[in-house]
Amino acid sequence: MAIPINWFLVLAAGLFCIGLYGVLSRRNAIGILMGIELMLNAVNINLITFWRYINPVKLTGQVFAIFVFTVAAAEVAVGLALVIAIYRNRDTVIVEEIDLLKE
Amino acid sequence: MVPVLIFGLSSVVTLGAALAVVTNKNILHSAFYLILAFVGVASIYVLLEAPFIAVVQVLVYIGAIAILIVFAIMLTRRLLSKDLIQRNAQWGLSALGATGLFLVLGWIVYSVNWPVKLLTVPEDPISVLGQELLSTYVVPFEIASVLLLAALVGAILIGRERE
Repeated sequence: MAIPINWFLVLAAGLFCIGLYGVLSRRNAIGILMGIELMLNAVNINLITFWRYINPVKLTGQVFAIFVFTVAAAEVAVGLALVIAIYRNRDTVIVEEIDLLKE
Repeated sequence: MVPVLIFGLSSVVTLGAALAVVTNKNILHSAFYLILAFVGVASIYVLLEAPFIAVVQVLVYIGAIAILIVFAIMLTRRLLSKDLIQRNAQWGLSALGATGLFLVLGWIVYSVNWPVKLLTVPEDPISVLGQELLSTYVVPFEIASVLLLAALVGAILIGRERE
């Protein structure tokens, strides 16, 4: 293997932290969902890296990555449905303005 | 040498596009950069000798998730205006926290001695993957299908117009 495992892990860590920044700093709910997608991608890079470098004979890492794909698809479908339902009722997707429980 | 070059190129594309996703003022451009980041991640999977995962990445993330996100942005069009502030008051603190987490993670990655084994990938990984999914992991597989069904029904229920 030409590339050391650390490089992939640092790349995944960087992607995760960028996604985390997006989740924490965006005001738009769809922007927050995009940050979550980046974080899930970073997790998948980690899973595939550990599969390839530690036990490539059994395909456990790939199976886990496929389950992450499934959960991500389900999460984004429900999340965007929620965003659109809120937009229809409140005419906003800015998370700071969605404060019905505070009032 | 070639894998290192490919790794460098795809990681620069991935991280650059990801940074553009979280910092771009126009949320629609963010969604397009998100597609670029997904392409970069797919090339990382190819580099890790997981071509099936790379294809699934393109199909599911770019073909479904990114398109869904673009749809949702288009349906909430009013928020596309340029002068709208896209980041909240705590963005500086968030950046600080994310950088700190990155430093901690990097330190962990370099201080742990990973038990790397230089083994080769099985002959026909896709058939092994299919057999694993339907034997060892059959219960999680079925649960995932139930989850997808629930998400489908839930998305329709939440998203439909109420009279």
